[in-house]
Amino acid sequence: MATEILMPALSPTMEEGTLAKWLVKEGDSVKSGDIIAEIETDKATMEFEAVDEGILGKILIPEGTQAVKVNTPIAILVEEGESVDSAPAPKAEAPAETKAEAPAAPAQAAAPAPAPVADLSPDWPEGTPMKTMTVREALREAMAEEMERDETVFLMGEEVGEYQGAYKISQGLLDKFGARRVVDTPISEIGFAGIGTGAAMAGLRPIVEFMTFNFAMQAIDHIINSAAKTLYMSGGQMGCPIVFRGPNGAAARVAAQHSQDYAAWYAQIPGLKVVMPYTAADAKGLLKTAIRDGNPVVFLENEILYGRSFEVPDLPDFTIPFGKARIARPGRDVTIVSFGIGMTHALEAAETLAGEGIEAEVIDLRTLRPIDYATVIESVKRTNRCVTVEEGFPVCSIGNHISAHLMENAFDWLDAPVINCTGKDVPMPYAANLEKHALITAAEVVEAVKKVTYR
Amino acid sequence: MVRKPAARQSTPNVSKDELLQYYRDMLLIRRFEEKAGQLYGMGLIGGFCHLYIGQEAVVVGLESVAKEGDKRITSYRDHGHMLACGMDARGVMAELTGRIGGYSKGKGGSMHMFSREKHFYGGHGIVAAQVPLGAGLAFSDKYRGNDNVTFVYFGDGAANQGQVYETYNMATIWELPVVFVIENNQYAMGTSLKRSTRSTTLYGRGEAFGIPGEQVDGMDVLAVKAAGEKAVAHCRAGKGPYILEVMTYRYRGHSMSDPAKYRTREEVQKMRDERDAIEHVRELLLQGKHASEDDLKAIDKEIKEIVNDSAEFAKESPEPPLEELWTDIYAEEKSA
Repeated sequence: MATEILMPALSPTMEEGTLAKWLVKEGDSVKSGDIIAEIETDKATMEFEAVDEGILGKILIPEGTQAVKVNTPIAILVEEGESVDSAPAPKAEAPAETKAEAPAAPAQAAAPAPAPVADLSPDWPEGTPMKTMTVREALREAMAEEMERDETVFLMGEEVGEYQGAYKISQGLLDKFGARRVVDTPISEIGFAGIGTGAAMAGLRPIVEFMTFNFAMQAIDHIINSAAKTLYMSGGQMGCPIVFRGPNGAAARVAAQHSQDYAAWYAQIPGLKVVMPYTAADAKGLLKTAIRDGNPVVFLENEILYGRSFEVPDLPDFTIPFGKARIARPGRDVTIVSFGIGMTHALEAAETLAGEGIEAEVIDLRTLRPIDYATVIESVKRTNRCVTVEEGFPVCSIGNHISAHLMENAFDWLDAPVINCTGKDVPMPYAANLEKHALITAAEVVEAVKKVTYR
Repeated sequence: MVRKPAARQSTPNVSKDELLQYYRDMLLIRRFEEKAGQLYGMGLIGGFCHLYIGQEAVVVGLESVAKEGDKRITSYRDHGHMLACGMDARGVMAELTGRIGGYSKGKGGSMHMFSREKHFYGGHGIVAAQVPLGAGLAFSDKYRGNDNVTFVYFGDGAANQGQVYETYNMATIWELPVVFVIENNQYAMGTSLKRSTRSTTLYGRGEAFGIPGEQVDGMDVLAVKAAGEKAVAHCRAGKGPYILEVMTYRYRGHSMSDPAKYRTREEVQKMRDERDAIEHVRELLLQGKHASEDDLKAIDKEIKEIVNDSAEFAKESPEPPLEELWTDIYAEEKSA
């Protein structure tokens, strides 16, 4: 019987990919394990092997096709003497189980609708031409521009060079800047974090990429004890201009050791600056600011956001200052404070709530140290209600801190207790259904808003 | 481990001026540390205070082969390194007493002092953290394409930290100009080397990474100097890192609160009597008729004055004003 060959998911967060090249043609016989195609994902170009034996009856998706959804039939495999027509008709939609495999990316709706960014942000002049780019491209552009601008800036980390970046953030930078400035390291987090910090003490401006911030726990002594505290301990003599960056928080289906949000951990440390962008424009403008900053900056990215597209100002050089929140959506009934991927849920909830007549103001903190308290307080003075949204653990969360700050500084304006929406107080489970429940959802945000607005 | 007295060169090829310089530098460290111990006892110095007494020849020997622009970084047992690279005794002592006149304005203390001017990068309180940091300093010189080297000092205790070997590995693949100086004083706090490892030849661990190295008599400043010359030439020639395992001995406790139960009084006394590095140079000076007893007494007096002056300064310098609590947390943002 003829079988369909489906577009494979080659990474936990892959939703679509490019069918770069067919390595077999119609009529060729294939054996299990034969490489039949090259497929380009958001992270890498991968070879795709046949699972079943047979003859390639028909190629359904020609090579070069972009944005092929996972589980789309790409070819039909037939048995000797069998006709292609006996294959089942291609299904219009990916099976439901595919969605279960990528539950952490629920808000496709957010991708092409970044209008509030441009409309409400005062970070670039009115009338600035915009271009659409992914967060990944924005981060890459930020690094490339700063490396062009300043010879002391260099990138180091695992797979940043020849592999072109574990998540393709540094793709092309090795070719452009050479191995002196794009430095592949062995798997030695504490070692290269320390070497980067030492190089910064000697006046270079390293960008240290962690493949994920989960692995930076191996290196946290240098981030905190060596990088963040030395200026103070040296009475102001020894600066440490360094950026520690990489994906933070849950990706999808990678379980507890690879799925932690460290925002609250780093935000606690005097001497560090902590950034957690949501949009591509913020990713670019804030990373450029981080590289120019004279202090150690922890720059927390998100794997799921890497592939999302946003409008970014088409300017040769723009930066976004630290300590300035962005009102992503204005509203009068409640203030939703979030940052990073939490913004996905905050904005989705705001959209749902608008349909029910509740106008939420959504604030994207963007930087967690320094925090823009003023924007939050001013908003709460208008709405008198506040819900915070983040992916991290509930205990000692950023939301807890915002709540305490509001208690101390805006108590009289609050008409309801502040509710913190966070990830659940459990290690991240692997099972798709459990993982979905461990993460914060837009529905939970909607529910929290209804509580504080007494609806 | 107590070594037998090594045969020392009877007629070393060294000038009078050099010998006098070593004598002076080592004596300054010893007298300074004795004074620090005294001030600690008086309650003027608080917290941790790790004295370098006994190990003076290590840093003095190596500083003699350094040139302008070379960098150095060490652990928390750092007073000797600072004095040897030319930092001011007043600023070091005033940091120990936690005063505004200290190198870190009183905010770092004994373990955390720095001098950009003298290329001294600390003073680090986390055992072995200075090893990758030091390789990073060397990385900056390689990046800039100059021929400076970095001296990274760490102890036999630090040699058992994993980050040392991550650093060896990267220093090799990137051919970093770094001299790893293992000051093997034979005790990591109270744990003797042989109780902490079966691989007691510490320089030999570099072989796994292709890093050359050697063991050096750290109680003989001339031997340290000779080994240092070789190491530095290797690094300056772009051949990558070099390891010196310098066999030394600390006469005092690990810190001021050391119960001294892990080694005998006799062991310590024997080292002082038979292997003292300062006595060694003193003998060379007298035997070679480079100096008379009176000449050396004059030097002793001169050193004592420097140390007493530093102690007076450290007592009189005011405590940092309360505003200092809130300064130096962040550098002013500057565009490169």
